Order: sequence, then C-alpha cells, then structure tokens
Amino acid sequence: MAEQIPLVDYLVLGDEPHLSAHECTTCGARFFDRRNACAACGATGFTTAAIATRGEVTAFTIVAFAAPGIPVPFVAAVVDCDGTSVRANLVNVDPDPDHVRLGMPVRLTTFPIGADATGTEAIGFGFEPAA
Amino acid sequence: MSSDDIWILGISMTKFGKHPDLDKVDLAAQATLAALADGGVTMRDIGVVAAGTLMGMGEPIGQMVQKQVGQTGVPVYNVTNACATGATALRTVIMAIKAGEADMGLAVGVEKLAGAGLLAGGSRKEAGDTWQPRGRYGAVAPVDGRIGTEIMPGVFAQIGMEYGHRHGGTSFELFARISEKNHAHSTLNPLAAYTKRLTLAEIMDDVMIAYPNTRPMCSANCDGAAAAVLVSGAKLRTLSIEQQRRAVKVAASVLTSDPWEEGCQVLPNVNTLTRNAATQAYEQAGLGPEDLDLVELHDCFATAELVHYDNLMLCEQGGAVDFFESGAPWRDGRLPVNVSGGLQSKGHPIAATGIANVWEVCHHLRGEAGDRQIADAKVGLAHVIGLGSACGVHILERAAA
Ligand SMILES: [Zn+2]
Repeated sequence: MAEQIPLVDYLVLGDEPHLSAHECTTCGARFFDRRNACAACGATGFTTAAIATRGEVTAFTIVAFAAPGIPVPFVAAVVDCDGTSVRANLVNVDPDPDHVRLGMPVRLTTFPIGADATGTEAIGFGFEPAA
Repeated sequence: MSSDDIWILGISMTKFGKHPDLDKVDLAAQATLAALADGGVTMRDIGVVAAGTLMGMGEPIGQMVQKQVGQTGVPVYNVTNACATGATALRTVIMAIKAGEADMGLAVGVEKLAGAGLLAGGSRKEAGDTWQPRGRYGAVAPVDGRIGTEIMPGVFAQIGMEYGHRHGGTSFELFARISEKNHAHSTLNPLAAYTKRLTLAEIMDDVMIAYPNTRPMCSANCDGAAAAVLVSGAKLRTLSIEQQRRAVKVAASVLTSDPWEEGCQVLPNVNTLTRNAATQAYEQAGLGPEDLDLVELHDCFATAELVHYDNLMLCEQGGAVDFFESGAPWRDGRLPVNVSGGLQSKGHPIAATGIANVWEVCHHLRGEAGDRQIADAKVGLAHVIGLGSACGVHILERAAA
C-alpha cells in the first residue's frame, strides 16, 4: 500500500481517523493551528486533544463561485463536534439546500486527494451525513 | 458645546462607481477638497492627517494626497484595518485631537475596485513534486475549497446561517428581502454605484455566489473616496455661526477587535466585537438604540445585515428576523437601516466605506439629504467591520439649534 500523508497535520490517520487540537493546559482552549501562546489566556503550555468524530452542522454555505481551479459547487460548513467547532466541507451529500440543512448530524470521513511524484497519497477529510 | 467634544466640520464622498479616468489619488483629492470646502477651511488649518487605502500595498496614500492638495508638513498616519480602514482613519484623527496634538484634522479613505472579482480565497499555490507540510496547519496542499471556504460571500453566508441555526426564522428568501430593501433605498441616492430597484425574484434568480448570497446580495466592488474634517469643540467655538450650525457632534467613536471565543478561529465571529463596540458607543454617547433616527451598518452581504440588527441592539437578542419582518429597517419604518442603499448597491470601495457611512448619517442630521432625507433626524449610528477583525462604531448627533 502506498504511503499516506494527511492534508493537514491535525488530521490523524490510522485505524480510527480523527482530528486533533492543541489544547491549552491552563484554560482548555483548543486550536487546530500551531500557537505561540493561548489566545484565550496567554499561557504557553499545550497538550493534544482528540476531537469527536461526530457532530452537528451549525452553519453552512454552498459555494458556487470560487477561485480558479477550485471545483464547485461544494458545501463549506462549521460542525460542532461535542463542543469544539470544526471547519470542513460536507461531502457525500448533494450540494443543494434540499439535502444540506442546519442541525444535521454528520460524521468524519477521509479520502485520498492525490499522489505526489514519489507515490505518497495525501488524505483529506470532510463530514458526511450520519444516520 | 463642550471643549472636549469632537465635531465633524466638513465631510464629503465622491460618487461611488466606475471612474476609469481618475486614479486613486484623484479620487482621494476630490473627496478631500470637497470636505475642506464643506467645512469652510483649507489644508493650512489641518494639523493632522490619517489616510487609508487597503489595496495600496503600503503606499503612503496620505502623503500622495498632500502632494495634490497641500504639503504643509503636518504628521500623516497611513492606516489599514481591513474593511474598517476608513473608520480607523477617522478614529486616528479623533484620538489626535483628543490628545491635544491638533485642533483640526483630516481623515480620508479611497479605493479603486471597479471590476475586481472575489477579494479573498484561492490561496492555492499548488504543491511541488512531493507533499510537504507547510504553514501553521502543516498543510501539504492548499486548503481553500478543501477545508471550507475563504471567499467572503461564503464566510458571511455561514455567519447568517449560524444566526438562523441559533435563533430560527431565516431562509434564502428572508436574506434576499433584506437585499431588496437596500436596492430599493439606493434609488434615492445619486452617489450610489447602483440605483436600480430589483424585485425579489430578480435578486433570488441572479447568479448564486455562495448560498444563500446571490450576486446582488453581495457588496459591490467599485471606485470611490470619502473624507472628513474633524475639529475640537474649543476650536469650533472660534468659527462662524454657520460652521457651528452645520457641524455634527461625534457623540461616540469606538474601535474594537475580536476577543477570543470558542469557534472564532474556525468561522470569524463578527458578533461579539460589534456588540462590544455598540455597548461602549452607547455608553460614551449617553444614548441608547431607542434614540437612533437612522443606522448605516456594514451590510457587506445580505446575510451580514441581519446579524448586525442584533449586534447593534436595534432589536432584542435573537430578534433580528422579527425586527426585519416588522418593517422597521425600511426607510419609512421605525428605525431606517442603510437608507443610502448600503454596500450592496451604494458600493464598497473598502477604505472609503467607514467615512462614507458617516457622511450619509451627517447628511441626514444636517437636513441636507434631499429626496432621501429621514425627517428631523437628530442621532445616527455608523458601523463597519473588517475581518481579522476590527469593528468601528460612530454615533453622530445633530448640533443643538
Ligand atoms: Zn489558555
């Protein structure tokens, strides 16, 4: 099997793919990107926290017009994963307002987005409707 | 008038729209000369200048304007603060006057954006031969379109949808009707970029940019400039009765940034910093939302206008849909909002916007707004927000007769 690399470093691959955040050890604030110090409290200690893989759509848009090279339409959304807000695309759902709705339960899913010259496959993520 | 008060002595905006024959400095100079003339003063009276242009790549726009209208050697502050750049220039001059460093100052903002497309997004630089994690997210490939969207119509669409999720009552049609109001208002504004009244069907059937925002529900990219001359209360007392009569009091001037909140790094939170700015502004002015006769708020997208009814406390918390449904924000309603046509039809030459919305309010407070005059307007509020984020709120009050 080809080697894999996550699209972003906060996507953890393996048997149970999930997102992980830098969690402030002082106040518990979570950040997906690298931080010099906590934006909430200023402390500099962080630990790693696994993010729930199921959540609820709290906001979405269906982008029909994007920068060149970006396939449209696609659904961009904010998903509340057990108290942590996550930005992601909604996938495996028709990108129209009849099929995407606020409050809809979703779950994390991963998929290949392409391979580089060495054959390493990059893996992206999105959220899909959960029954 | 108290010596501590700050007043707008002169203010002006150019026609917003396409100005193919005028460059940015022409537009800024035109607004500046008109603001000086409106205030009955010259560049010799100006002790401080603050100037902004967002797409200027660091060019010293203030000095460039001085070279057209008067190089007097006074300090110039070139500022940028996203869509709040104009309000930041205004506020910079106000702070300088408050600090006693000048008794009169000039704020100017200008942008050339006619024909510009999406102003953000597409941070895609395709990766090299091998996947290489880059940046603070360790991304091996561009994320716009793969992990949500960076385009403003999409970001603000989600902001409106989030409000709907929290409080209910929103729909594509509701957002489109907000846009319908602003396009209807624009027909009375000769300086607006677009002055065509659009039907609800025309708005909903237009090109979808990012659901639920169609093209006419997005702010219009255009060229334009606006400028204001500000003066201390002490200085104003030495000027003519006519200048004093037309001066408009800056009852509050506030700039805020976004405090940390869960979720605000994922989707910008434009709500809390606006509410914070409004709270501070009402307190500074000793006034409340019930005292306002008109509001110019930052309707960069139809979805944004809705949330700011609530953030500026024009309605009860959670009550923005009901506020709109009551007809209140129409020009003949209880609290007219964006009688200029707003950013969706008046246009949004970014750095000019935070001064142009103050101009609109002043125009009404002075009783000079012609066909679109809000009768007997005494107090108005102007609001802008720039993502990043920065929020400017100014409350303006008519001079006592
Ligand atoms: Zn912290």
